[in-house]
Amino acid sequence: MTATLDTPTAQSDTAAAVTLSGVRKSFGHGAHAVTALDGVDLRVAPGEFVCLLGASGCGKSTLLNLVAGLDQPTAGSIELTTSRPAVMFQEAALMPWLTAARNVELPLRLAGLKRGPRRAKASELLSLVRLAEAGGKRPHELSGGMRQRVALARALASTLGSAEDGTPGLLLMDEPFAALDAITRDVLQAELVRVWRETSTAILFVTHDVREAVRLGQRVVLLSSRPGRVVREWSTAGVGGAADEAELISDVTAHLREVISGHAAA
Amino acid sequence: MPQPDTVDNDLAAVGAGLDALDAPPGEQRASPGKRFLRTALPPIIAFALLIGVWQALWALAFWPEYQLPAPAAVWAAVTEAVRSGRAFEVLWTSVHRAVLGFLTAVVIATPLGLLIAKVRVVRAAIGSLLTGLQSLPSVAWVPAGILWFGATPATIYFVVLMGSVPSIANGLVSGVDQIPPLLPRVGQALGAGKLAAARHILLPAALPGYLAGLKQGWAFSWRSLMAAEIIATSPQLGEGLGQYLHNGASLNDISMVIAAIFLILLVGVGIELLVFRPLERAVLRARGLTGALQ
Repeated sequence: MTATLDTPTAQSDTAAAVTLSGVRKSFGHGAHAVTALDGVDLRVAPGEFVCLLGASGCGKSTLLNLVAGLDQPTAGSIELTTSRPAVMFQEAALMPWLTAARNVELPLRLAGLKRGPRRAKASELLSLVRLAEAGGKRPHELSGGMRQRVALARALASTLGSAEDGTPGLLLMDEPFAALDAITRDVLQAELVRVWRETSTAILFVTHDVREAVRLGQRVVLLSSRPGRVVREWSTAGVGGAADEAELISDVTAHLREVISGHAAA
Repeated sequence: MPQPDTVDNDLAAVGAGLDALDAPPGEQRASPGKRFLRTALPPIIAFALLIGVWQALWALAFWPEYQLPAPAAVWAAVTEAVRSGRAFEVLWTSVHRAVLGFLTAVVIATPLGLLIAKVRVVRAAIGSLLTGLQSLPSVAWVPAGILWFGATPATIYFVVLMGSVPSIANGLVSGVDQIPPLLPRVGQALGAGKLAAARHILLPAALPGYLAGLKQGWAFSWRSLMAAEIIATSPQLGEGLGQYLHNGASLNDISMVIAAIFLILLVGVGIELLVFRPLERAVLRARGLTGALQ
């Protein structure tokens, strides 16, 4: 069965990894201002896996940048319980002059960790993404999937580096697998779910792929485009077999198409 | 339904297979003999051909001896200068000036380049001026230098700095400009402050461009030094390579002039091969930018 949540803030009594209320973001001034996001309310519980779905131009990436603190909202508030969310982009964006292990160490180094614990933590995280052997390699010696896994380890290191007190982390992912081939993406999606279970970080995952969103997320949130608003959300909790999944996928796809075709008329 | 454990193991196997298939193959290094054949032999042959043509032209006697000397006569001038120790004095005078001037230029140009690259007002104010200065032949500064500082080493260093500072600063600016915009954002997301970002992301990311600027800056300081030494001659300045060349011209000794040019080239090529080429190779190889290397 698929369940549709009527109220986006259904779990309002529990603590949240991040809470967005009435978030609005416009770029530019006056008549030329473009509103990317308008009145977005969203709550991600600790350890929850939320997929943010939308067509291009819906401000998904803008939303992640706001949560990551790379940008400031025009109005509304964003409350984080974690000290600093980790971010993973569509490109691995590893520093090309550092080895894989040094890349993972970088956020720990920036957080002022000593070399010994830094090394230990980095090799632990590399084994978590099954790259224990590749620590000494440079990014150009790795495949696209391996680079993205190093980026995942690095992102995890940045949450751990800032939250040594044990507060659960928050991982923001901006279409991290969009540039990978189908088989690699398949493997990485499963790896991500495994890592998520092992680390119990909350994940806010942006994608335009309905199948990916339904497969990964506990909740799928659909954003409208220009300006981005939360249109509707689904829980994948009741989804058991392939038939259920297919049904949910077609339901979400139908809504996504509706949102997109609304723009043709306007 | 399969057990989660086996699914996990299957996945690991598929993942490992993908890693093995997708990872780019390691680069293959040729044997030392082959490398020698490929890199050292062509310039040696080119040099030999040049000498051969020169020798032939001289033998045909198209030009009088005082315009085109025999290769052997030039070689004699070089060996004579080396035997008497004059070559080393002259080389030392010039090379230590160039190195000192170059290092001073690095110290001035590096913060200047960073300022221009990162502070918009500074870039708007002096960015184009610096690019303009780069195309101004530094010989043009020699007369002004002589009027301001007299025929002293200060003039020489002034000309060297005017020649190399713009190149180095511009190299750093273009190095910073060519950093993929995602990298500083990643740095910010990983929690780097302004200074930490400069130290851990900006400077290392700009290193290839900076290195290119340094290389050009060295070439310009060597060039400027020669220009200054050829034009500004006085007992105070001692005898550098430029003065040696100037003396050759005054004595109508074409062998000495060509010997001087040969020595000037030798220093240029030597520094390039001994300092900049290995540095550049190390930096580019570490980043997988081996296209231009062999």
